[in-house]
Amino acid sequence: MDIQIPEIGKSFARPDAAAKVTGAEKYAVDYYGDHLLWAGVRRAEVAHGRIRNLDTSAAARLPGVMAVLTGRDVPGANRQGIVHKDQPVLATDKVRYSGDAVALVLAENRETLKQAIDLIEVDIETLPGVFTVDEALKPDAPVLHEEHPGGNVLLKAEIKAGKGESALKDCHILIEETFDVPMQAHAFLETENGIAWQEADGRVVLIASTQAPFRDKWEISHALGLGMDRMRVISPYLGGAFGGKDGATVQCFLVLAALHAGGRPVKMWWNREENFAAGYKRHAAHMRYRLGANSDGTLQALHCRLYYNTGAYAHLGGEVMALGMEHAGGPYRIPHTLIEGWCVYTNNPIAGAMRGFGVAQVSFAIEQMMDLLAAKLNINPLALRKKNALRRGDQNTSGVTMTQSTGIGDCLAALAENPLWLKRNDWKQAAGPFKKRGVGVSAVFNAMGYGRGLPDSAIAKIELTEGGRIRVYNGVTDMGQGNATAFVQIAGQILCQENTRIELVQPDTDRTLPSGSSSAGRTTYTYGNALIKASESLRRKIIGRAALMLLADTLDHLELLPGRVRDLQSGREIPLEMIGSMMAAEDRICISQFLMPVVRDKLDTGKGFIIGFPHLIFSYAAHLACIEVDELTGAVEVKNYAAATEAGRVLNPQTFTQQVQGAIAQGIGYALYEEIKMEQGRLLTPDFTTYHIPGAMDVPEISSQIVETWEPSGPYGMKGVGEVGSNGPLPAIANALADACGIRLTCSPLKQERVLEALSQSRREGGS
Amino acid sequence: MNIRFTLNGKAMDLDAAADRRVVDLLREDLGLTGAKEGCGAGECGTCSILVDGEHRLSCLMIAAQLSGRDVVTIEGLSEKDRLHPLQESFIRHGAVQCGFCTPGMIIGAAALLKRNPQPSREEIREGLAGNLCRCTGYQKIVDAVEAALLPEEKL
Ligand code: FES
Ligand code: FES
Repeated sequence: MDIQIPEIGKSFARPDAAAKVTGAEKYAVDYYGDHLLWAGVRRAEVAHGRIRNLDTSAAARLPGVMAVLTGRDVPGANRQGIVHKDQPVLATDKVRYSGDAVALVLAENRETLKQAIDLIEVDIETLPGVFTVDEALKPDAPVLHEEHPGGNVLLKAEIKAGKGESALKDCHILIEETFDVPMQAHAFLETENGIAWQEADGRVVLIASTQAPFRDKWEISHALGLGMDRMRVISPYLGGAFGGKDGATVQCFLVLAALHAGGRPVKMWWNREENFAAGYKRHAAHMRYRLGANSDGTLQALHCRLYYNTGAYAHLGGEVMALGMEHAGGPYRIPHTLIEGWCVYTNNPIAGAMRGFGVAQVSFAIEQMMDLLAAKLNINPLALRKKNALRRGDQNTSGVTMTQSTGIGDCLAALAENPLWLKRNDWKQAAGPFKKRGVGVSAVFNAMGYGRGLPDSAIAKIELTEGGRIRVYNGVTDMGQGNATAFVQIAGQILCQENTRIELVQPDTDRTLPSGSSSAGRTTYTYGNALIKASESLRRKIIGRAALMLLADTLDHLELLPGRVRDLQSGREIPLEMIGSMMAAEDRICISQFLMPVVRDKLDTGKGFIIGFPHLIFSYAAHLACIEVDELTGAVEVKNYAAATEAGRVLNPQTFTQQVQGAIAQGIGYALYEEIKMEQGRLLTPDFTTYHIPGAMDVPEISSQIVETWEPSGPYGMKGVGEVGSNGPLPAIANALADACGIRLTCSPLKQERVLEALSQSRREGGS
Repeated sequence: MNIRFTLNGKAMDLDAAADRRVVDLLREDLGLTGAKEGCGAGECGTCSILVDGEHRLSCLMIAAQLSGRDVVTIEGLSEKDRLHPLQESFIRHGAVQCGFCTPGMIIGAAALLKRNPQPSREEIREGLAGNLCRCTGYQKIVDAVEAALLPEEKL
């Protein structure tokens, strides 16, 4: 590793990379332990039904089986869930999707575990299921949660601004369209897993691949009736997550298993099929749009009806929909809006957080609406967006005043100067035989943080160790986005120390402090702000204590330098090692909390939301896709891609670009082929052959342009950049497809068969 | 059965079930957790190792197939404290995010450079097509491999 004093704003190689390239980094999945037991669950494999009988006796008798547990063995509420506690750890009466767990097995090895799981007999009386929103909303539809007052509607909410939908009738131009997007899988490469054991004093230690170790503790405590002081959750670096490890996966199973393992470590590791079948998903959605504008293209009114298919349990479904609704009108000024949302239970896998949290869906809709409008008015689509782009001081489509950095206009301006845009006509004309080329754009945004109703807080802790090193106690999981890197940069910058002197402790509920989940583009922002304050106090403290040893009667001439404090007047120096060894343990630590600011407008709307509405701070991006369509096969290839992204100031251009490129690659998969397919609740895409994610050949070279603004509330002016890039590719590619061949697909993914069908239909229509 | 092979330059002589998957043998029995298991079905490349210098998927191999072979895992790619040039390059060029694909990707890239010491960017993409990465979008991985292009004798 290069030795350097990290600086804010300069590319800085990730401190975690060295251990990752040699294979030395230990992810949760790399822990085994002596006398290891393996845990696994028997899943219902029925989408909707009532458990008549559960016979675990044959499994329990199998040699090598340590325990078989059912819902009756769960000591607490046997309910998990972040906002609504509606999901059993182990189902006792009803099953609501095929992945519901009914029994938990502990065995000596994986082979025995598998045999035992197969030996469990579950007799389930099948109930009719509901799989689409339409089915679930029928008046006589089978109900998943009888006790839920809304029936199959988990949450119904609306956002209204100005005159609402009534303004549509005064618009010169009205565009109407309906859009559908499928379920998407996170497909992180490290599947859900963890290891847990009970210590001699009865406390349970859990090492899990999780985005929210502190919240896990609360969830486990509620579900299992175990005091929060009776457990410790550790979250090492994650092998990807993207929202899919934000909430209970293996946690409750493992802690329950540990309570029955006699102190032996228990490991649970979902295989890829289990990940596809029982892991969280991005919501499928059905979206009806009506957009009204003046004849000069000024947006006037919007009415949306959004239906989010949330699967069998609430999880974060309502909050995902809330964010989708908040972004349904795009990063534009539309004075009159009515945005209605229904978040609907179905007998599908649970939908939850995924990068672009509810926003990727509506971006597909609004950004095609913008192109439809542009085509109708015969205006250049980039110019139409620019004309309506939000500026600071405007009200957004929820009626929130944009008081913070609002850089969508700058992103669009940057894209307008991109050679891919300027030379698009030449490029399109150079298409070969049976190929059509098109260029499409999209303008997207994504809110940062939890929104109102839930404190978006982090507590940073930093220490001068006894040995004179700097140790940052990171309380928010690093799932690969590089927040830990930013923390080393911040500490290094403020304390003027070399990277080799700075250590990181990854989230551990015994050692680090509650700092919220690794999500919502908040990770570096919230913890970073807290860490700035903690690092500054530590700097003052180190200088103050050095004064005692340097016999300085004022602090004015003392400076903290790499490895030492120097009296600039006398030239005398004292090494950090000596200061650290002199200070008492509690004196060597500084702690600081930061709370994200919230919207101050008093809004008379969005009352249906429980938490997470509205948001104050957004990041922005403008995307451009250059695609080539094979007219004979319908295959779409993304040939070039450009993104201009605004997320305040950039702390580290390298990690910033990583986020942009990675999000775009996922977005290209979402646009062209990624789709979880189910048939009557049965998964048809259990592996990477049936669920294709982009490989190195499927992603073009991506040009990522940084558009800087200043976010006054951010650490060094930054905002989160992790999410926004996910929202652009699908609409940009859909718009490029329309540009290439004149076909507009409103149902994604834009897969080969669908494109081919649309091409032949347009030929038929053109010919008739 | 008794299996003898070379692992990261060391002679190994061990007893293992002939049909034990190599990925389990490495990770569970030998504590070499650098090779990951992302799919268990030959579809993701995270379990990549070099067998007689060639890129192999350890989730699809059984212990018996190691007999007499020269096996290198990510742990054996660096020499003492000196990282392999690909490892250096991955760090420098930001090719690592969550890092879960990284060991397999580097192994895949090492095998590629052995076959084709001067690959173009397109050839790098083709050569790594079997190694999935969900975080990076591949561009920085291609940058890293391109920058690590090595004189043949070093590989
Ligand atoms: S684990 Fe071997 S290829 Fe995926
Ligand atoms: S860096 Fe996460 S999968 Fe490649």
